[in-house]
Amino acid sequence: MSGNRRTVTPAWLAALPAGWLAVFFVIPFAIMLAVSVAHRVPGGFFEMGFELDSYRRFLSPFFGGILLTSVLISAAAAVICVTLALPFTLFLSRLRRRGQTLVLVILLSILSLSEVIVGFSLSTLLSKTAGVGNFFVWLGLLEESRSYTPSLFALMTGMCYLALPYSVLVLYPPVSRLDPELGEAARMMGASPWRAFRTVTAPLLRLPLFGALILVFVFTLGVYLLPQVLGQPQHWTLSVHITDQAVFQSNLPFAAAMAVLLLLVSLAMVGLTLLLGRDKGAEA
Amino acid sequence: MSRTLRTAYIVLVLALLAAPLLVVAGVSINEQQSLRFPPEGLSLRWYGELFRTPDWLGALTNSLVIAAVSSLLAVIVALPLALHVWARQGWLSRGLYMLGVAPFMLPPVISALGFLVFWVSVGMYGQMTATIVSHGIFLVTLPVVTITLGLQSVDLSLIEAARTMGANRGKVLRTVILPLIFPYMVSGYAFAFVLSLNEYIIAYMVAGFTVETLPIKIFNSLRYGYTPIMGVVSVLFVALAALVFGLIGRFGNLPRLLGAERVDT
Amino acid sequence: MTELSLRGLTKRFGNHTAVDDVTLDVPDGSFICLLGPSGCGKTTLLRLLAGLEEPTAGEVSVAGQDQTNVPPEKREFGMVFQSLALFPHLSVADNVAYPLSIRGRPRAESRKRADELLAQVQLAGMGDRRIHQLSGGQRQRVAIARGLAIEPKVFLLDEPLSALDANLREQMQVELRQLQQRLGVTTVVVTHDQKEALTMADIVIVMDKGRVQQVGAPMEVYRDPANAFVAGFIGTSNLLPCELTDASSLTLSGQRLALDPADRVKCSPGQPAVLSVRPEDTRLGPAGEGLEARVVFIRDLGESTQFVLDHDGTEITALYAPDARSDLKVDDRVGLGFVPGKRVVLPA
Repeated sequence: MSGNRRTVTPAWLAALPAGWLAVFFVIPFAIMLAVSVAHRVPGGFFEMGFELDSYRRFLSPFFGGILLTSVLISAAAAVICVTLALPFTLFLSRLRRRGQTLVLVILLSILSLSEVIVGFSLSTLLSKTAGVGNFFVWLGLLEESRSYTPSLFALMTGMCYLALPYSVLVLYPPVSRLDPELGEAARMMGASPWRAFRTVTAPLLRLPLFGALILVFVFTLGVYLLPQVLGQPQHWTLSVHITDQAVFQSNLPFAAAMAVLLLLVSLAMVGLTLLLGRDKGAEA
Repeated sequence: MSRTLRTAYIVLVLALLAAPLLVVAGVSINEQQSLRFPPEGLSLRWYGELFRTPDWLGALTNSLVIAAVSSLLAVIVALPLALHVWARQGWLSRGLYMLGVAPFMLPPVISALGFLVFWVSVGMYGQMTATIVSHGIFLVTLPVVTITLGLQSVDLSLIEAARTMGANRGKVLRTVILPLIFPYMVSGYAFAFVLSLNEYIIAYMVAGFTVETLPIKIFNSLRYGYTPIMGVVSVLFVALAALVFGLIGRFGNLPRLLGAERVDT
Repeated sequence: MTELSLRGLTKRFGNHTAVDDVTLDVPDGSFICLLGPSGCGKTTLLRLLAGLEEPTAGEVSVAGQDQTNVPPEKREFGMVFQSLALFPHLSVADNVAYPLSIRGRPRAESRKRADELLAQVQLAGMGDRRIHQLSGGQRQRVAIARGLAIEPKVFLLDEPLSALDANLREQMQVELRQLQQRLGVTTVVVTHDQKEALTMADIVIVMDKGRVQQVGAPMEVYRDPANAFVAGFIGTSNLLPCELTDASSLTLSGQRLALDPADRVKCSPGQPAVLSVRPEDTRLGPAGEGLEARVVFIRDLGESTQFVLDHDGTEITALYAPDARSDLKVDDRVGLGFVPGKRVVLPA
């Protein structure tokens, strides 16, 4: 009965979005799964069939190294971003609504920027002719301008640039739901601001923080363009290789197999956060 | 002390985020066809070039058409989905919601490859329709989330009041619910529009060689020859995103839209 | 001895003045209620005392020591927040022991003290529960126990009972007052409920628009309001515009009214004035005696009967014991009078 008063659309109407998503989202994934076990035809696309060659190929030290690189780069970016984003979000949630809106507009504008534009902007910022090199020369820190890209430093900067606004937006709901009186109560009972953070705010945010780490990790796993623009070939991540195999090597089965692996890693991670969220729900 | 320090940290982070964009803005007003900052000679000629050079203009048109149509598609699919999920409980409802949220949560490379093999299979690889439908699916999550938030804020007694005054379900939808959630539909459309404009990997994998969008054009130029027009496009995109989100923030409740529950006015 | 002292305390947010030049001395061990309508600045004043807001001007001192720039964690105050602010990640006992563990007391000792405190608020044996397992009234008691854990110099409570239903609220008012008397801790409670203030307080501080309107014992504020705002806010008052002709008489609706020496006059002749009389001090006589009035509505309240009257467009309320005036009915014309000695003349 309780659900009924909200029912304003007939049940069959749901078939429209369900069917649409099934055709254009679920079926593509099914085809991708099928392609990952298809037989590759050199020079052409592929032939349907069942073989595990593409998966087997992945089990080489070369691609193992790539997976490790991807995971390490993403994990590092996630830790850096969440560490920077936590104080940012806490401070943000203390602003008045007008201030919050302004900051959120800026963050959303940057978050929505194409990876292409971010890559281009950062490679310009770190370049010899138009970048920070000129600024350092002007400050007298450098004799002559130099380029900071491509390098691991440039790549990590780019990853964090992409993921920092995302991290803030992921942390924003749980942080802004935190009752500010909890922190004030700790202060009244003699806790210094840092102590109040450590004994009250941080324990209450432990699960959201862990969730944010995983979401940011998955987000950065998907970055496919910055390693090509800001990194050196040894920094190419799994996402770059998927694109490379699909478009330039025309090896769709291998690209699909890698995509399936990446999908599994991402799903496992997201599933983990959902599981943690459920535990928290049961406790509250 | 603390308030100043807090504000200083926020401003510092935002300044670091803005730095590359400022450099790009500087590059876009270079007189010569080179990437220099500080710019050498000030000129707005590259802003005009964007609209005069046929292949840049073509990419701009493609991007705008794809963004406009695919976002509309996303809202059309999201609306019945969100209404259904809001009114009903159970695994079917939850599954539908997951299906609506998944496209945007997964790394886009995966979806892009899925779309690629799909359009190759149905023989529509390389067509603009393929890009539009793919974007419509990828971005459906945004209106699903905003419309769901809108529905959650609808006071259920309004529906009951309308029913007692003789409105049947269809009329309740048209006269009460749709007007109340319309702002959320608009913001969902706006979010999807801005992100479609900026989307690269799906557009590239599905039809990158035949239907060039602005991000694809920039990336190609990044490889085959720099031009300040790239800076111009970046500046315009940032400005457009800031305008759209600024309007949402001005006329809507952006903190609530992003999940905040308690905000002092 | 003066425990808590405020001097010219002022807080502005932008161009809004929330607390305007408040000067007060609170005697040691007394129970103070800050009473006023919402938005009158009482919560801001409490947060200034706590050190959670920095004053724009003025100072706060305790036992002669300036506290104005002392951060909240160094003030040794206890506080109960409106939301209670109990820590959901800690057990009941750990919540109560929190201020002790912050001060580095040994765990066992803190736990023992927490159990004692919980027993004092009738929660003995509940220490190991989680906060979400408690009822509203129990949470209330935990918050009070936690606020008292360090034997605070001053105990502050911000609308502590507002979330409880009416019966439980009245019970908690009595308990809180008894606990405070037993411990003798200087206590400041913010409330918008005048009954709550009258039940608990030694001293009521009535605030409006950021300013203190009156300071006094509960019955003093009730019987002898300092101005028309206090008369209207504390209980019900009939307020009639009048003119004070001289020290012993006034003109009301064209009629002269002699004042009794026991009546309170708070303004000088010639000034615009209002006559304030409580409903229970309003008398209804036969038409033609006193002021002309018409019965508009009769409300039976069980323990009393309330008559709503119209006098020249002004609404007047009179209160009688039930059945005392069963002779009156709606639309009857009556003569309106006021009990001598119970009348207050205030500046308009």
